[in-house]
Amino acid sequence: MTMSQTRATHDVDLQQTIQQLIQQHCEQPGALLPLLLDVQAQLGFVAPEWVATIADGLNLSRAEVHGVISFYHHIKTTAPARHHVQICRAEACQSMGARQLETLAQQRLGIDFNEISADGEVELEPVYCLGNCACAPSVTVDGVLHGRVSEQKLAGLFDIIAAGSER
Amino acid sequence: MSVAAAATVKLYVPGDASALSVGADAVAAAIVMQAANRDIAIQLVRNGTRGMSWLEPLVEVETAAGRVAYGPVEEADVAELFAAGLLQGGSDHPLYLGSTAAIPFFKAQQRLTFARCGLIDPLSLDDYQHHEGFAGLTRALNMSQQQIVDEVKTSGLRGRGGAAFPTGIKWQTVLDVAGKKSQQKYIVCNADEGDSGTFADRMLMEGDPFTLIEGMIIAGLGVDATQGYIYLRSEYPHAQRILQAAIDKAYAAGYLGSNICGSDKCFELELRMGAGAYICGEETSMLESLEGKRGMVRFKPPLPALEGLFGQPTVVNNVISLATVPVIFSKGADHYKNFGQGKSRGTLTIQLAGNVKHGGLLELAFGVSLCELLEKYAAGTCTGKPVRSVQVGGPLGAYLPASQWHTPLDYEAFAAIGAMLGHGGVVVFDDSVDMAQQAQFAMQFCAIESCGKCTPCRIGAVRGAETLAKIRRNEDREANLILLEDLCDTMTEGSLCALGGLTPNPVRSALHHFPQDFGGDAAQVGGTPHA
Repeated sequence: MTMSQTRATHDVDLQQTIQQLIQQHCEQPGALLPLLLDVQAQLGFVAPEWVATIADGLNLSRAEVHGVISFYHHIKTTAPARHHVQICRAEACQSMGARQLETLAQQRLGIDFNEISADGEVELEPVYCLGNCACAPSVTVDGVLHGRVSEQKLAGLFDIIAAGSER
Repeated sequence: MSVAAAATVKLYVPGDASALSVGADAVAAAIVMQAANRDIAIQLVRNGTRGMSWLEPLVEVETAAGRVAYGPVEEADVAELFAAGLLQGGSDHPLYLGSTAAIPFFKAQQRLTFARCGLIDPLSLDDYQHHEGFAGLTRALNMSQQQIVDEVKTSGLRGRGGAAFPTGIKWQTVLDVAGKKSQQKYIVCNADEGDSGTFADRMLMEGDPFTLIEGMIIAGLGVDATQGYIYLRSEYPHAQRILQAAIDKAYAAGYLGSNICGSDKCFELELRMGAGAYICGEETSMLESLEGKRGMVRFKPPLPALEGLFGQPTVVNNVISLATVPVIFSKGADHYKNFGQGKSRGTLTIQLAGNVKHGGLLELAFGVSLCELLEKYAAGTCTGKPVRSVQVGGPLGAYLPASQWHTPLDYEAFAAIGAMLGHGGVVVFDDSVDMAQQAQFAMQFCAIESCGKCTPCRIGAVRGAETLAKIRRNEDREANLILLEDLCDTMTEGSLCALGGLTPNPVRSALHHFPQDFGGDAAQVGGTPHA
């Protein structure tokens, strides 16, 4: 998201995007969740100030829209960091050393789960099963799944992120 | 000019998410490059996985004697493999595995639901048809609705999502809803495979998606439902891409839509994504989510079969249940029924995961024991340490100690020891596991994923995690152990759905079978093992 745009133009663009997505979904039965996922796919998150527009577009109350947004772990209400790292915390990955990966990631980034690193570059998120349990432990980096992740491999993934961010 | 008349060599590198996670794309690219450098024409198929995950990326080459495998292949191995005669199925390389079908892990299986997975190009309709694809649908199109439902009943198929409810009886209930003509019925496929240690749904959707589509069409024909939904978890973006492409192709080829294979029958299918909520794997919560709402569990009754999606009669089945329907129709219900034992008919897709040397997907008739799985198939742990505990059936399944590993994988046999087969996930832990930590995690997970509708689950899980933390700190141990048992009783008896109701399974089994991890001996921890 570019900060150079003036706030006003930015808001108009946003509203247009949201309105277009509402148009695409408003005839669909049970449209709210698919709409929210599309808004997030295009804009990166679902800001609280867009709730009224979405509620209006689908003829729902703001409370209903807020209720759905707050229920699902994957729907974000704040702008994402540039990089997104998920570490699987579920049992199969635990059995292969996922807890060590959690510690490594948290120490490296200096943050806990569901936080963004101080430089604003990396968000760390827990995930409960990526369906890669026979190639555990698993992590994702910017949506790409990695299996059989050793501590060394995870450190390497963080190095790649850091190198990319410096450029 | 290249060598004339040299037949194009056909190679396979899986495009399954698991294979990709360990470098399959880089291997595929290296193969293309090596072939180009040598001016050799190849056809590279991105198949699904054969299920032998420890061998991924598994490269196969088609030879006169069948498919020959190499694995696990890394990008850096490819040049050497070419030099060793990969394209002729050459055996002079350490990664050479011989005939894929003869690899013991694979050879011993009875593949019915997964017969095509890994063999074919997942998005090729031609390939699908050449491997008996749509044979079941063709047969079903010439049957009455009652005959279709009867065929499923005869097969003995039970829901593979975990609850093991007889699929045919569920279909019958939906078929029998006294029909106003205008009444819309639905087929909903539960692809919210959230249990740790399970990936059969994902492998099938990525490796043979048309099977699932065919099964859903047959279900629609059987119960008079014209609209289907697949509810897929958002953690499976790769499966989403493949499924959507498969649905588009099935529409284009006339298998979906208003005139299925020219029969005037109609079935529409839409893929819907979840948004990271484990509870949406519970069927009523999933229906709420499909309606665009919070995934709050519903009271039952009414059963979804009578009042399901948008209040209409709905068949809710797991991916594997629906994907098994085509083989029941192509080979006949009796053929399917002949596999398995007792009331557990057919095959179970077992997912060997966690700390195992040989992990992956196995399709076997019901009845194999855990011991056999651990020794014959898993070949021990990945770390080389002894196995200490095995969790079967996902995060809500019991932790089983060595004394219970003789139990055959069969719904009734597992129920008899207070465990459950669930979706067939088997997660193995070596002797470094702290079972008290696992028990605490089970409660924490329930607290994170609870929908919050009922108090035993919403509050009980939080209190359970706190109480276990106190026990682990040796804080007022005896009183807290009594409290924990009491809490587990409340959750088991008072929760609205399986999340709160079954979370005590891993907690109590850990406590009773591994009391030393909780800082006491068996007598101290006391209580009778739950049955």
